[in-house]
Amino acid sequence: MTAAATTTGYRDRPLLKAPVWTWEIPLYFFIGGLAGLGAVIAAAARAGGADATLIRDARLIAFLGAAISPLLLISDLGRPGRFLYMLRVFKRQSAMSVGVWTLVAFSGAATASLALHFAGITGPVSWVADAVGAVMGAVLATYTGVLLGVTAIPAWAHHVRVLPIHFGASSLGATASLLELAGHRTPALNAIAIAAALAEAIVMWQFDFRGDAAARKMFTGSGGRLARAGNICTGVAPLLLRGVAGWVPAARAVAAVLTLGGSLVTRFGWIAIGRTSARS
Amino acid sequence: MPTTGFFTDATLCIGCKACEVACKEWNDVPHDGFVWRPRASYDHTGELGHSTWRHVKFVERDRDGLPSWDFSSDVCKHCEHAGCLEACPTGSIVRTEFGGVFVQPDICNGCGYCVVSCPFGVIDRRPEDGRAFKCTFCYDRQKAGLKPACATACPTDSIQFGDLDELRARADARVVQLAARGVTDASIYDPRASSVGGTHAIFLVRGDVRDYNLPPNPEMPTIRLGEAWRSAMVAAVAIAVVAFASFAWMP
Repeated sequence: MTAAATTTGYRDRPLLKAPVWTWEIPLYFFIGGLAGLGAVIAAAARAGGADATLIRDARLIAFLGAAISPLLLISDLGRPGRFLYMLRVFKRQSAMSVGVWTLVAFSGAATASLALHFAGITGPVSWVADAVGAVMGAVLATYTGVLLGVTAIPAWAHHVRVLPIHFGASSLGATASLLELAGHRTPALNAIAIAAALAEAIVMWQFDFRGDAAARKMFTGSGGRLARAGNICTGVAPLLLRGVAGWVPAARAVAAVLTLGGSLVTRFGWIAIGRTSARS
Repeated sequence: MPTTGFFTDATLCIGCKACEVACKEWNDVPHDGFVWRPRASYDHTGELGHSTWRHVKFVERDRDGLPSWDFSSDVCKHCEHAGCLEACPTGSIVRTEFGGVFVQPDICNGCGYCVVSCPFGVIDRRPEDGRAFKCTFCYDRQKAGLKPACATACPTDSIQFGDLDELRARADARVVQLAARGVTDASIYDPRASSVGGTHAIFLVRGDVRDYNLPPNPEMPTIRLGEAWRSAMVAAVAIAVVAFASFAWMP
């Protein structure tokens, strides 16, 4: 007899299958979030009468992200035609189906918005493109949390409420930071970045590091450490740095770089957490 | 069409693995490695997966101070409320007229969302193919009026196939029959009280169901859809408010 008769479960065999997603998916979560909130910032900047170059750059982020996202998804699926299979139905009970249709609508709006910009058309059509892009973009940046939360993976399911907020807030900070690094050091972007960092700092307390042994285990693996580090880089760290930016001007740029990196890293961390969680 | 089911009785299984072989042959499932597991009680199959649609578990336990060796043939549960079917973004995974859960291979795009949505860890993506596979409930055979290959091959009637309601009644009667013979630890695994709403593949097992890697309370992931989307909407609205307010006050 070699099997332990005292432990429950079947020969230490995991009950669940691990996520099969590779690097493309967490990178898509990052790029999609960046693009989605690029459209939100473009619309907000336009409504507030901000500088035209800022609006253009925000639209550019939205467009580029919309162009790269399907390529990442196709790379995960293996063949381009397979992406189209998702467009034969719409299923509201499938977060992935809702997500892919959101991406399609967003791509259309973001492309139209940028094209109209370069064509010099600023009429109602352009407003509609910006508005649709902003609405779809806000969903694009947050649905990824729904996608992970509504699964059988315990660590993701456990954080079903906080993940959409985490992905949304870290994307908001990242988009504002990217625009700052592109040279737009406006007070509005700084305010947005501070609000996002504050939300991320609060999010950190919502992650359940306590719980039972299984709950703790999610955060002690390499994925958990990655998610935690990423969360610090999008939350507490930029919050402190932006607080001292009045005295140390370089602090704002450092905060922006950290936020961008953290927003990327935390998504890789959460996919890795899912892998560990499924197989333990 | 009647809803069909599997009733797999662990007290009749002799661990011959004829079901595994019949399944592989009929469905032309590729091998997924010849892994010698000398310390796994001769269970060289391991677990259900993209290329293992029947798996005979060799459950070793102590019973009354003596070693016991129970066998149980595992399979896709064909849930009443199936996580994989709900998650599938292409509509590839459908409910057949026999009540089974079927992956249409020509429509599956290999997104992998069903893999993380199955509370039983059954369906998986085949790396060399890129699409997801699992037990088809021998949909092709059922359409032709035949029993699934595994149930046909089973030499001891441990795997029974038929009308689900009839099988459920037969399973309950079998527990009573076994109890009369002194086997008091037998029970039926069919989680009808959970959000999965019962399974079309039911099992008679002995002792703790967790020894068979069967979750006592499986959960259908989409029961969390409401709270997840509410949270996403709160986040989306908050993001919009922050962005518009910032630019309105600091143009």
